[in-house]
Amino acid sequence: MSLLTVDNLSLSIGDFSILRDVSFSIEPGEIVAVTGESGSGKSMTAFSVMQLLPERAKSTGQIRLEGKDLLSLSEPQLCAIRGNDIGMVFQEPMTALNPVKTIGAQVMETILIHTDMTPAQAEEQARDMLTRVGLPPDRFPLSRYPHELSGGQRQRVVIAMAIALRPKLLIADEPTTALDVTTQAQILDLLKELVAEFGMGLMMITHDLAVVSDMADRIIVMRHGEIVEQGETRALFADMKHPYTRALFEASGHQVDLPDAPDGPDPILQVTNAIRDYPLPRTRLFAPREHHRAVNDITFTIHHGERVGLVGESGCGKSTLTRAILGLEPLQSGSITAFGHTVGPAMNPALRSGLQVVFQDPYGSFNPRHKVARIVTEPFHLLPDPPTGTARDTAIAEALTAVGLKPEDAQKYIHEFSGGQRQRIAIARALIIRPELIIFDEAVSALDVSIRAQILDLIADLSRSHNLSYLFISHDLSVVRTVTDRVLVMKSGEIVEQGDTKEVFSNPQHPYTQTLIAAAPVLPQVGKGAA
Amino acid sequence: MLRYSLKRLASLVISLAIASLVIFLVIEVAPGDPASYMLGINAQPETVAALRAELGLDVPKAERYLNWVGGMVQGDFGTSYTYRTPVGQMIADRMWVSLPLALYALTLSTLIAFPAGIYAAARRGKPGDMAVMGATQLGVAVPNFWFAMMLVLVFAINLRWFSAGGFPGWDKGFWLSMKSLTLPAIALALPQSAILARVMRSSLLDILSEDFMRTARAKGLSRRQALWRHGLRNALIPVLTIIGLQFSFLLAGGIIIEQVFFLPGLGRLIFQSISARDLIVVESVVMLLVFSVILVNFLVDLAYAAVDPRLRSRT
Amino acid sequence: MIRSRNLFIGGTLCFVVVAAALLSFVWTPYDITQMDIPNKLQKPNGIHWFGTDHFGRDIFSMIMIGARTSLAVAIVAVGIGMGLGVPLGLWAAANKGGWIDEIIMRGNDLIFAFPSLVIAILITAVMGASALNAIIAIGIFNIPVFARLTRSGALSLWEREFILAARVAGKSKPRISAEHILPNVANLLIVQGTIQFSLGILAEAGLSYVGLGAQPPTPSWGRMLADAQTMVSFAPHLALVPGLAIVTAVLGLNLLGDGLRDLLDPKIRVVRS
Repeated sequence: MSLLTVDNLSLSIGDFSILRDVSFSIEPGEIVAVTGESGSGKSMTAFSVMQLLPERAKSTGQIRLEGKDLLSLSEPQLCAIRGNDIGMVFQEPMTALNPVKTIGAQVMETILIHTDMTPAQAEEQARDMLTRVGLPPDRFPLSRYPHELSGGQRQRVVIAMAIALRPKLLIADEPTTALDVTTQAQILDLLKELVAEFGMGLMMITHDLAVVSDMADRIIVMRHGEIVEQGETRALFADMKHPYTRALFEASGHQVDLPDAPDGPDPILQVTNAIRDYPLPRTRLFAPREHHRAVNDITFTIHHGERVGLVGESGCGKSTLTRAILGLEPLQSGSITAFGHTVGPAMNPALRSGLQVVFQDPYGSFNPRHKVARIVTEPFHLLPDPPTGTARDTAIAEALTAVGLKPEDAQKYIHEFSGGQRQRIAIARALIIRPELIIFDEAVSALDVSIRAQILDLIADLSRSHNLSYLFISHDLSVVRTVTDRVLVMKSGEIVEQGDTKEVFSNPQHPYTQTLIAAAPVLPQVGKGAA
Repeated sequence: MLRYSLKRLASLVISLAIASLVIFLVIEVAPGDPASYMLGINAQPETVAALRAELGLDVPKAERYLNWVGGMVQGDFGTSYTYRTPVGQMIADRMWVSLPLALYALTLSTLIAFPAGIYAAARRGKPGDMAVMGATQLGVAVPNFWFAMMLVLVFAINLRWFSAGGFPGWDKGFWLSMKSLTLPAIALALPQSAILARVMRSSLLDILSEDFMRTARAKGLSRRQALWRHGLRNALIPVLTIIGLQFSFLLAGGIIIEQVFFLPGLGRLIFQSISARDLIVVESVVMLLVFSVILVNFLVDLAYAAVDPRLRSRT
Repeated sequence: MIRSRNLFIGGTLCFVVVAAALLSFVWTPYDITQMDIPNKLQKPNGIHWFGTDHFGRDIFSMIMIGARTSLAVAIVAVGIGMGLGVPLGLWAAANKGGWIDEIIMRGNDLIFAFPSLVIAILITAVMGASALNAIIAIGIFNIPVFARLTRSGALSLWEREFILAARVAGKSKPRISAEHILPNVANLLIVQGTIQFSLGILAEAGLSYVGLGAQPPTPSWGRMLADAQTMVSFAPHLALVPGLAIVTAVLGLNLLGDGLRDLLDPKIRVVRS
């Protein structure tokens, strides 16, 4: 008998059908990955198994845990199963823990509500579990509060809570999506070990095929609330039957066709010994102010026509560096020169026009009250003599056409566009004054893989047609690898390695670069024959 | 925690210093010469001069301010011009009416609001929630002094359960005094509890949609257990702010309610002093009211830290 | 549909109050400057819908004119609060963490320590009682309410990437505040404005009740209640009617505010205290 059997599960909320005829099973000790893009219903599948659904949700079909149909159980019976037989790990470790309770109390709670252990015994077991997930009490006392821990450590606490009673099934909903790549690798290893040790079934929800390719025993691919394909991992990768699976696989490892970079050094951006400090709050009244050095003595140059990547984990200082290059924040020492002029908060607006930026969040990058025409022409503010009338309309039409949108879109409001289209508008806004250098600040990180692939292709096309130079900032190594000629690796405010992208990726010199590349999940090499 | 408390204490002292300066400037500097203002236009020059000397107006303004503040720190609020008694003594007598009234009302308001807010949040969108929300909507719209008059009409004049006003004094018996404060306290408390219940409900609803509430449910806690063990303490943080604010409104609102019930509290004192142009008394009572508002905010800040560990470690 | 119901009931109540106030400029059932002692203290009847007071004046007419006082005081007070508070809040948010922000916010804290009644007491003690003093007292009290609200709304907007994009486009902070921030906090301000308006009416009534607001002969709801107090045992309608008028206006504005919030942006949270 399977550990978990889901039969013809359908789910609707009001008139919206969320899941249709979903059937699969999980054996003890098996890792099953459920993957798909946003809106595929993968998370809802997980919450259906937990029976933690919005109140108006209606399910049909069967969800059997060791033969018991969860859909027929009463709420108190379900409470006895949650946390005891099924544990769950969530995506956002920063918000998944109660901020006003200690980590010890939160782990103990799982034990205390399901067993009749004394608090002392529960504390003993909580200590064991925290030790097991890599938080030994001598370094991480049970009296710690969540805000005193890092994201990865908090995710370990969530895992300890979920496995405290050695559940038969563990559900992990995007457990590493919010984490850095090196932390991600550690958490994935931990989950794998725990499955082997406890003989649990693991249902892993993820949007990232690479993450599960070397971890899952089986993979389930979902789209629009249905399972399009499922199978044993190696067999599935070797022979993808459904065109969507193939498209998803292709998009996940998408390689763009980048034109060759022009030869001959023609520096357009020079960062020389840049230092940026942030004052820290005083620790004592009248104590001298301490500083956090976000950018520490950074030097690099970008030449005309060059595509440069900047990789690093969260908190490494890449956002600060971006703001300094854009002239939004002052430097404490060193200099940034663009097109022969010093960059800084006091710079002449006309000089800024050579430099534009595309941000990460397709939903936060636009004033929701403005139409597209007004949004994309905002950089005209930088020009001493901005185009008006027909010239303005032509410029808008050209920019929108260049990014694959229609000139008519100029009269629409931003909420009428999807996430991918919004990133195209953001690129149009950056392109409209023909800047010499564009900064892509995590510009594809918030997008689904298929949309991401399209935007990466657009960037490559624009490199060809507009002879773009850009600085591409990302935490995603596989993306940087395909769209850049040269790469800078940043850690703790410093650039630890820089060089030709292919060279750095195939033969990293600095230990940190080596760790980073080793930790990044990769898709298996599959012959193109399958496609 | 200690550092946090000290920081809040420092800000309390600074606020008090600035507030006292503002009050001093308005009362003693704005009207020109307080002595002639207090005596009115027909006063003899020598009477004015005598009062100036008595009030210490012949010294420079800065020195006068320091004398006033210095006196208050030692409990000396000056002497009332109209009553010829120490202002400190007058305030102390009235405080024994106003402060118990505010505390009584705050207790009632909290006792009504918490269950109502929690009940409504737990039954979101259901008839129980609608009924509580409708009642609070009405409660927010009712002026407390009018509500007080209606209470007098029903419970004192028609039913004769309570007396229509007056205060026997604490020496005549605790319960008797409490009884005479009951209608005023209810009048003050009900409109405030309507606001507090709404805040409690919306704060709880916010918390219910937090990720950690889902985590709690995934552990196997029932909806109710999750609400009590994880929701309530987090929801309390915004509620505390409102309770702090309400205390100052209850003190100020009490001044008006005292008029309805003829209570010998700070309100009566201050209105009598305004009509008698006794600036010394007005100044001290206002300072006392402002002091209590600032003090309560300080206490709320400390309560925050007790509820929220994130504040304790941050400095 | 709860949202349209709130909006409808609130809108209707507000319309009635505003219409009564406006109509009173050109017509009232009776002239309230004329005493009519023989007809004093009449209960509500067919001739005097809401009865008459101790001078025989028609209460319905006085309520209409009283609405004028209440609305005028509340409108101007909210206007003062918005006119000063919103720019201060925008300014503080644009310079977050700087000394300007610090001074504005500490100033706000300080005003918060003075309930509007206390401000009114201070002003009245040195300047005498008048409707203008009530307006100033309520207005001053409204400044920090709008300054804080604007600042917190603006702060979250300053973190958004479209503001960064505007900065990259070289726009100055005042220009960004006017062009991008203000329109996006407008909904918030409209909703809170309605609530402050209702609080203004309550505060005005309270101040006139204790004699710190509009002075006789200007009719105001709070004064009518004060006059009614000694007669409540034998003429309860004198107290009942003005009180219900206040409740109608305040309830109408609150419902309108809730309705507007649901209509404009359900995420807006108003502060009511």
